[in-house]
Amino acid sequence: MEQTAKKTIVSLKDIFVRFDGEVILNHINLDIHEKEFVTILGPSGCGKTTTLRIIGGFVEPESGDVIFNGKRINGLPPHKRNVNTVFQKYSLFPHLNVYDNVAFGLKLKKVPKDEIKRRVTKMLATVDLKGYEKRPIDKLSGGQQQRVAIARALVCDPDIVLLDEPLGALDLKLRKDMQLELKEIQRQSEKTFIYVTHDQEEALTMSDRVVVMNNGVIEQIGTPEDIYNEPVNAFVADFIGEANILNGTMIDDCRIRILGRELECVDKGFGKNQPVDVVIRPEDIIMTIPEKGQLTGVVENVTFKGVHYEISVRCGRCEILIHSTDSAKLGDTVGMRVIPFNIQIMNKLLPIESNVIETVVTYGSESDNSFEFELEGETVTVRDRYFAEGTRLRISLPFDALSIAGDGVGDLKDVYIESVVYKGEHNEIILESDERKWLMLSDVDEQVATYVPLSFDFSKAEFEVLDPEPAEEEG
Amino acid sequence: MKSRKLSIPYIVWMLVFTMIPLVMIMITAFTDSSGGFSLEPFKAAFGYTNIFLKSLWIALASTGICLLLGYPLAYIITRLRPSTQRTVIMLMMIPMWMNFLLRIYAWVLLLQHNGPLDLALSLLGIHGSYSNNTAAVIVGMVYEYLPFMLLPIYTVMGKIDPGLIEAAQDLGSNGFQVFRRVIFPLSIPGIISGITMVFVPSASTFVVAQYLGGTDDIMIGDVIDKIFLTNNHIGAAISLILMIFIFVFLVLMNLFGDEEAIA
Repeated sequence: MEQTAKKTIVSLKDIFVRFDGEVILNHINLDIHEKEFVTILGPSGCGKTTTLRIIGGFVEPESGDVIFNGKRINGLPPHKRNVNTVFQKYSLFPHLNVYDNVAFGLKLKKVPKDEIKRRVTKMLATVDLKGYEKRPIDKLSGGQQQRVAIARALVCDPDIVLLDEPLGALDLKLRKDMQLELKEIQRQSEKTFIYVTHDQEEALTMSDRVVVMNNGVIEQIGTPEDIYNEPVNAFVADFIGEANILNGTMIDDCRIRILGRELECVDKGFGKNQPVDVVIRPEDIIMTIPEKGQLTGVVENVTFKGVHYEISVRCGRCEILIHSTDSAKLGDTVGMRVIPFNIQIMNKLLPIESNVIETVVTYGSESDNSFEFELEGETVTVRDRYFAEGTRLRISLPFDALSIAGDGVGDLKDVYIESVVYKGEHNEIILESDERKWLMLSDVDEQVATYVPLSFDFSKAEFEVLDPEPAEEEG
Repeated sequence: MKSRKLSIPYIVWMLVFTMIPLVMIMITAFTDSSGGFSLEPFKAAFGYTNIFLKSLWIALASTGICLLLGYPLAYIITRLRPSTQRTVIMLMMIPMWMNFLLRIYAWVLLLQHNGPLDLALSLLGIHGSYSNNTAAVIVGMVYEYLPFMLLPIYTVMGKIDPGLIEAAQDLGSNGFQVFRRVIFPLSIPGIISGITMVFVPSASTFVVAQYLGGTDDIMIGDVIDKIFLTNNHIGAAISLILMIFIFVFLVLMNLFGDEEAIA
C-alpha cells in the first residue's frame, strides 16, 4: 500500500545468527522504511534484541546481509554507523552529569562547543529535562534516566534510533505516558525508530508497523490493525490481544466445523476436511438467547472490566471468552453468534495428527518385557512392551502421551518450548528438540522460550512394526 | 541492634590492640628516658630526615612502577574469558603464598654477582652485580606489592557494566575513546585504592633495603626497627612522623579521587 512508495533505510537479508550452536535468528528478512516507527514484538528469547543488535553493529550475523541506505554494512563497527541506541538498562555514564551524558556523542564528533550547548539544551527541553543539566545520573528517577537515554541517542541526529525495551523498568502509569511521548518525539523528529518489546499493547499503541517474532523467525509483519484483525497463525493471534483459538475442520470453502457445529466463514482455499486453527476475538462474539445462537453454552464467570464485561462460557469441554457491554447471569445458558467475516481461519502451526517416531530397537529383553531405542543420542526405555533387537518400528505418540518431566529427568533433556497456545480446553504446546518438533497437550501454562525435559508415556502409544521380516512380537 | 552487637568483638580488638598502643606510642614519643615530657625524641628524629625522604622517594617510585605495570595488566585481564581471568589472577597470587623473606632472598640470588642475571648478561660481555643498589630495592618492592595494585584495579574494572562500553561505541567512540572516556574515569577508584595499598606499606617497609640495597639504602622502616632496640622514644617519634605523612598522603589521594569522579 502506501508503504511501498517509501524509501527503505535498512534491510536485513537472509540473516542467520547462532550462539554456541543454538540458532537465534533463522534466515530472517526485514525491510524498514524511512521515518517509520517499527516495533519488533515477541516473547523473550525470540531473537528480537539480537535483530536490533545486528542493526546497531553489536552482533555480526553468521550469514546474510545488512543493507543500510543501499550499502552493505556487515562488519562496520558500531561507532561508524549513524545509528544510536536507547539501551534496555539505559547504560548512562555514571561518572558524567546529565549534560555531559547527552553531549557525549557530539563531543566525539568534534562538533563546536557552542553548537553542542545549543543542541543539548534544545534536546533536554524536548524531553522535559530543562534545568537538570548539572544533575548526577544517580540523582534521577527511572523516568528521568529514561529521558536522558533518549536525549543522548536523539541529539546525535542518527538515521535510525534503536530502542531495546526502553520502558520495561518503568511502572505502568509512567510507561503509558512515555509511550505517547515517544511516539510524539518520533513524529516530530521524523526519525526511523526501531523499537523492541514483548508488550503487545505497547506495540499496538506506538507502531506504524509491527514485526511479530518467535523462535528466531518472523511470524508476521503488518500494521497494528492487520496484526490484530488478520493474524496469520494461532501464535500471533494468541500473542496479540485476547483471542479464542479453537481446533476446527474446514469442511469446504466457506464452511467450517468447530465445537461440533458447522458455521459459515469467508475463507477459501483450504483442503476439504483439513484440520485448521480458528480464531475468534472475544469482542466479535454476540450473545443472544439460546434459540438464536449458532453455539450455546453455560455462563461460568463474569468479570466487570470497566468498558465491558468479560464473560467466560463453557461450551461442551471448551471455554469461550466473550467481551460484551451486556452482562450475563452465572449459570444461564446463552446463545452465541459470530458473523462469517469475524471467523479467522489459519493453518495449524504444526499440522500433525500424532508425534511419530521411526526407529530401530537397539536392545530388547523378553524376560523384562521391555526394549530400548535411540532418540537424538539418548537411550529411551519402553516398559511393558517387547520387540526384538533390530526391529524397525513406527511409534505414534498421541499429543497427551507427552509431558514435561516434573522430576527433571525426561526421555529427552532440554527441549525448547516454541509456543504455548490455549485452545479453550488445553494448552497446545509446540516443542523443539535437536532434530524435530513435537506437539503436546497440557493443562499447565508453560513458559515459552525455556528448556524443559520431555517424557513419553508409551502406554498410550501405538506401535507398528515396519520390517517385512517376521518380528517376534509378544504382548 | 543485632548488627551492633556483632561488632563488639571488633571494637574491643581495636581498643586493646590498636587504640591503646597508639596512645602508648604518642606518650613514648613525647617523653624521655626519665619519663618526663620532652621534645628530645623529635629533635633526634629529625637527624634521619635524609633517610626519611629517600624512603618516601623509593615508596613513590615503587608505587608508580606498580601502577604502570598493574593498570594495563588489569585491563588486559578483564578482557579475557572469565575462566582464564581466574587462572591469571591465581598465577599472580601464587608467589604471595611463599614467605616474604624467602621471596626477597630469591631476588638477592637472582641479582647478585655471578647470579643468573649476571651470567645471562655476561654472554653479551656485560659483567657486574645488580644487587645492593636503590634500583634493586625498587625491583624488590615492586615485586612484593604489585598484586596489591593489580587486585583493586582489576576488581573495579571488572565491575564496569559492559553496557556502558557498548553505549560509548554506539555514540561514536572507537576503542581508544572508549578507554579514555569511560573505562579510565570509571577505574579511578581502583587506581586510588591500589596506590594506597602499595604506597602505605612500602613507605614503612623494612628488610627489603637491608637485603637488596647498598650501604646508603636504608629505609625508615629499618631505622625504626633498629632504633627501638636502643631508644624506643626516638623510634616512637619517627613512627609518629611517618604516620602523619601517610595520613596526609591518604587525605590528598581521597580529595583527588573525589574531584576526578565529578569531573
